[in-house]
Amino acid sequence: MAIALHARSAAPPDRVVTLLNVSYDPTRELYQDIDRAFAATWKARTGQEVVIHQSHGGSGKQARAVIDGLQADVVTLGLAYDIDEIAERAGLLPRDWQSRLPYRSCPFTSTVVFLVRKGNPKRVRDWDDLVRPGIAVITPNPKTSSGGRWNYLAAWGYALRKQGGNEGAARDFVSRLYRNVPVLDSGARGATDTFVQRGLGDVLIAWENEALLVVKELGRGQFELVTPSESILAEPPVSLVDKVVDRRGTRAVAQAYLEFLYSEEGQTIGARHYYRPQLRSVAARYAAQFPRLRLFTVDEVFGGWQKAQRTHFADGGIFDQIYQPGR
Amino acid sequence: MRRWLIRILLGVYGAEALSGLALLGVVLRARFRRRYPPRGATLHGKRVLPGFRVALGWTVFYLLLIVLIPVSALCLKAASLSWRQFWSAVTSARALAAYRLSFGVSLAASLIDGVIGLLLAWVLVRYRFPVRRLLDGLVDLPLALPTAVSGIVLTTLYAPHGWIGRRLQPLGIKVAYTPLGIVVALIFIGLPFAVRTIQPVLQDLDPEIEDAALSLGANLWQRFYLVILPELLPAWLTGVTLAFARGLGEYGSVVFIAGNMPMRTEITPLLIMTRLDQYDYAGASALAAVFLAVSLGLLLGMNAMQRRKSVLPILM
Repeated sequence: MAIALHARSAAPPDRVVTLLNVSYDPTRELYQDIDRAFAATWKARTGQEVVIHQSHGGSGKQARAVIDGLQADVVTLGLAYDIDEIAERAGLLPRDWQSRLPYRSCPFTSTVVFLVRKGNPKRVRDWDDLVRPGIAVITPNPKTSSGGRWNYLAAWGYALRKQGGNEGAARDFVSRLYRNVPVLDSGARGATDTFVQRGLGDVLIAWENEALLVVKELGRGQFELVTPSESILAEPPVSLVDKVVDRRGTRAVAQAYLEFLYSEEGQTIGARHYYRPQLRSVAARYAAQFPRLRLFTVDEVFGGWQKAQRTHFADGGIFDQIYQPGR
Repeated sequence: MRRWLIRILLGVYGAEALSGLALLGVVLRARFRRRYPPRGATLHGKRVLPGFRVALGWTVFYLLLIVLIPVSALCLKAASLSWRQFWSAVTSARALAAYRLSFGVSLAASLIDGVIGLLLAWVLVRYRFPVRRLLDGLVDLPLALPTAVSGIVLTTLYAPHGWIGRRLQPLGIKVAYTPLGIVVALIFIGLPFAVRTIQPVLQDLDPEIEDAALSLGANLWQRFYLVILPELLPAWLTGVTLAFARGLGEYGSVVFIAGNMPMRTEITPLLIMTRLDQYDYAGASALAAVFLAVSLGLLLGMNAMQRRKSVLPILM
């Protein structure tokens, strides 16, 4: 309220527009830069001032907040299923939202890699090392964190696609992996804190951007990044929230904001924050900073998010069964 | 939706302000009357406290608005499940483990608070020393500190590489990310309740009674056990009950120190939050309703215990 009043006194009402971007946990730094750059671009193009407010948290929690009435103009969440739920449960956007922007509405991709302590004392090289007895693995709760779900599916996919892999082997592999997990944080940033600040665990399974952020900035010289032989292609999507932008009259600016993510400038900012850009030219420029590994998609291995969610993360699904006693 | 909520809240606070004025009026009138009693009226046959009807009316109205309506909404949401769904939601192995943990750690922490609280209150009331005032103020700190802050601080201290955790590790004691860690957090959160309920009773307890007991030949243990404890017990029970209730509902500090592992260190409030984050509103309400009912039963039981004098010999 105070902010709105202040903004109004600073400029005539039609000269200032506000947007709320509801995003997932580790994108704080990314959108700080994006928002600043977009505000400058928009001002230059239209003369209108735009103030973008950010909200961050576990992807599922954020989607629920939007369903419960948080007035988000755009959502930039960790996985498509959470935006599907907003369409499904609250009807705030059309069900085919994902086909409205290029690359299935994912301006950036990412993947899942490992972070270990300096010198890699436990000699972690690939997924198989994570299920060895005596290795403590940190990963967030897949029930509440999108990063946690990508991690889980990456492990499952690895075990399934490995020589002689099948459903049973994958299930056994994932059960053994989660037996090595001492703490389940509710979001990806929480898991990073547990590993980096509290010094718990030998390996952190993390978003690539989060791992690179730690290695290059937060904990310089204390951690190493380990790239597994293969991993999952993480596709965090973005969308307008139609009902909200139409009610607030912010559709044009919100749409421009999302398109800005795909622009040369937006893609460069993303790459600087270690998100893999879609635009060829930018991708080529930043190719050196991203490790090369085989990537599989959710659609390939799990038949899409809806199915993966039902089988693995729904109540009584495979993730719950892992934690049932006597198994 | 939000406007609707704001209107209700305004209504509640407006009503509260109005009723506060009304109550003030009643009290002032009572004072006036006591000082200038109406001719012919005696205290006999009249209530000592006036305004009973107004007060009762307001109490019922307030409870209805603040407690009963939200609770009914909760039960209504839970009722959208079929009986079978409800039963399986609230009796799943994971839910049962969460209830056990929540009630277990809260009980343990509140009993420990009872012991430490008694000691603290005793020292603060019976002794005079330089930093007493400061200590007295510090007791309330856990109430003011955001629970997330206390959770993060405790976790940092007790984590395996933390300042305290590092020293406990060689002894084989793990605190952070175990049920023990939750107990530590709840002791911290509940302590003010124990101290603040015992303190005033202890203050009113005349040391001369103890002197009398001493002169009659009671030894130290008998003086504590037969003279002081019976006087303190109701207040002590109240303090422990408050700390227990606070522990049951505590979320902010526990999620940081607990580790949040299903079946092992997942408290019921966290399980409810997890259900919500999975869009399972009805399941979350079902869990909440059961948790509420059991808590209410336990609290009523503990309240009843405080009222019954006959319970004293049993407890001793």
